[in-house]
Amino acid sequence: MEFALDLSANKYADVPYEEKERLFKEMKSDERWPHVLYGCYECGICVASCPSARFYDFSPRIIAQAAAREDVDLLYTLMNDSVWDCSQCFSCDRCPRGNSPGQIITVMREVAVRNGLQSAKEALEGYGRIIYKIMSTGTQVSPDMLQPNAFPDWGGHVNEISEHLEVWRKALPPETLHTTETGWKVDEKTLIELYLIWHMTGVMDMIEQIDEGLYMILVDVMEERLEDAGYDVTFD
Amino acid sequence: MIHLPILKAADRKWETDPSQAPTHDLKDEIFQLEKEGEWIVQRVPEPYFEVKTKYGRIKKIPLEKTWHHKSCGQCGHIPGYSTSIFWLNRQFGLDYHDPTNQTSCTAWNYYASATSNPEAQAAVAIRNFASAYKTGYFPLIHCGTSFGHYKEVRHALVHQPELRRKVKKIMDRLGLPFVIPEEIVHYSEWVYAMRDRIAERQVVDMSHIVATVHPACHYHKLIEEDAIYSEEIYGAQRTAIVTGTLQALGVQVKDYSTWFDCCGFGFRHILVSRDFSRSFAVQRKIEVMKEEANPDVVVTHDTGCVTTLDQSQFAAKAHGKKVGVPVMSDSQMAALAMGAHPYKVLQLHWHNTNNKPFLEKLGIDWKKKWDEFEAECEKIRRGEKAYLTWEDADA
Repeated sequence: MEFALDLSANKYADVPYEEKERLFKEMKSDERWPHVLYGCYECGICVASCPSARFYDFSPRIIAQAAAREDVDLLYTLMNDSVWDCSQCFSCDRCPRGNSPGQIITVMREVAVRNGLQSAKEALEGYGRIIYKIMSTGTQVSPDMLQPNAFPDWGGHVNEISEHLEVWRKALPPETLHTTETGWKVDEKTLIELYLIWHMTGVMDMIEQIDEGLYMILVDVMEERLEDAGYDVTFD
Repeated sequence: MIHLPILKAADRKWETDPSQAPTHDLKDEIFQLEKEGEWIVQRVPEPYFEVKTKYGRIKKIPLEKTWHHKSCGQCGHIPGYSTSIFWLNRQFGLDYHDPTNQTSCTAWNYYASATSNPEAQAAVAIRNFASAYKTGYFPLIHCGTSFGHYKEVRHALVHQPELRRKVKKIMDRLGLPFVIPEEIVHYSEWVYAMRDRIAERQVVDMSHIVATVHPACHYHKLIEEDAIYSEEIYGAQRTAIVTGTLQALGVQVKDYSTWFDCCGFGFRHILVSRDFSRSFAVQRKIEVMKEEANPDVVVTHDTGCVTTLDQSQFAAKAHGKKVGVPVMSDSQMAALAMGAHPYKVLQLHWHNTNNKPFLEKLGIDWKKKWDEFEAECEKIRRGEKAYLTWEDADA
């Protein structure tokens, strides 16, 4: 029987153990780590409640176990080949041991992004426009994203929305919702504050690791707006 | 031989007792940190409702003076969801604020791509809270993910002094106060608290309607102790939210075996790996509901759940799956019960699955209502009016 997820030590045998260990230490040093991992009973409750486990070769139990055992090789494999299947619903938070496999995965994903792992880049392919939207406008999805080519599996009604978008947005009673490029009207000052938060928290460094082209576009947009608002801020 | 009484589940009464709670009350620490000068706690304005949470603790739900923390998915793709929340507030003449000094919580992206970190997430949350505080209105969170995420942020800020220090530094740089609300309140908790008042104003009979409820994961699974429970609903073994509201409206809420399952949204998946979202939504939720409860409508209380459960049915229909159940929010159901216009207020034309048979079952002439909405759109097209107003919505 062949499994999609290769958990043998062979797959990433060419990656030096020291490199895998460095990434593990980055996970373990995260402030959240001791609050989301207490060991594992191997009861499988997390797997039973996990939506991703039903459709992917994915197991929050294996991830919690590997983390609890500090199995550096296995965690490296899971960080590359498994964590992006998680639905982040946190159904696994019902763990009787008090673990949160979903939060363990969150930390592992952040480490993968910060270190620019190829697997993270591949998992986020096609996702760049969403990152651009949330980071530059302060709202994650916008009405003008409802285009037939983006959602072909949602049927003809997306086409209808797209055709009538301008008028249908004006036909919304709340005044803040007359927008098409953002979910609602966001103040200029609000955006400036958001950009300053991105600047002060190192989030842009993560974007640079995962998508350099997107990073450069965002820097242009943000630096210009910040300069107009009187801030001398660069993201270099 | 020892004879032990056989305890049947039906004989067992579940009573919540805060003194037996397995967790300590975070509010004690929140107020203690205020005493120590770490932050300002924004109090829930009076008058407020008192509801019980999972372990029997009391949670305050503000009636009015609410600052509406909007949801990007609701406002962007299913705007009748938010419009219905505002419409309900207006119908009761309640004072509320719909801010433009608000960003998304950015958690959808965080859960999808991990291109953020705890410090940034906490700073975004506190910036929004500071914005609410300055207006004097109290945050009412529209999105289930924002609600769950903000509870996690609050939990982290209470327990991680270093994170507090970093966020305080950012707020100082922005010239904003470091404010935490006394309660993190989801809009559906407000609808639940208002359910009897909504039922008093009900004009559309719903007693012949069968509904299934999908509870949002990030409402009752993240910091699960802060979700509303009631002994009267599922013996306080499941969250009472949405079910309690629908029962107050006379709707027959039917159970199904995958109630606890997620909708399949997946954050990253709904945008770039939708085969998973579609499969899960249809096979684990909609088909099971149809088989076991055959509902007229699915009612939920979060952005992603409405989107995934509704939009996923189109492709599944082509595969001959048992689908075809309209999906809407509790705010839309409550507004509909009070006579709101299905297109001017509920904006059902943004939803996908056919909801016309459901409207007909409620005795609503959808064709007439659609013509009324179209007439308003035509005026906008011709430049006779700039926008549809609240007065137009109730005309």
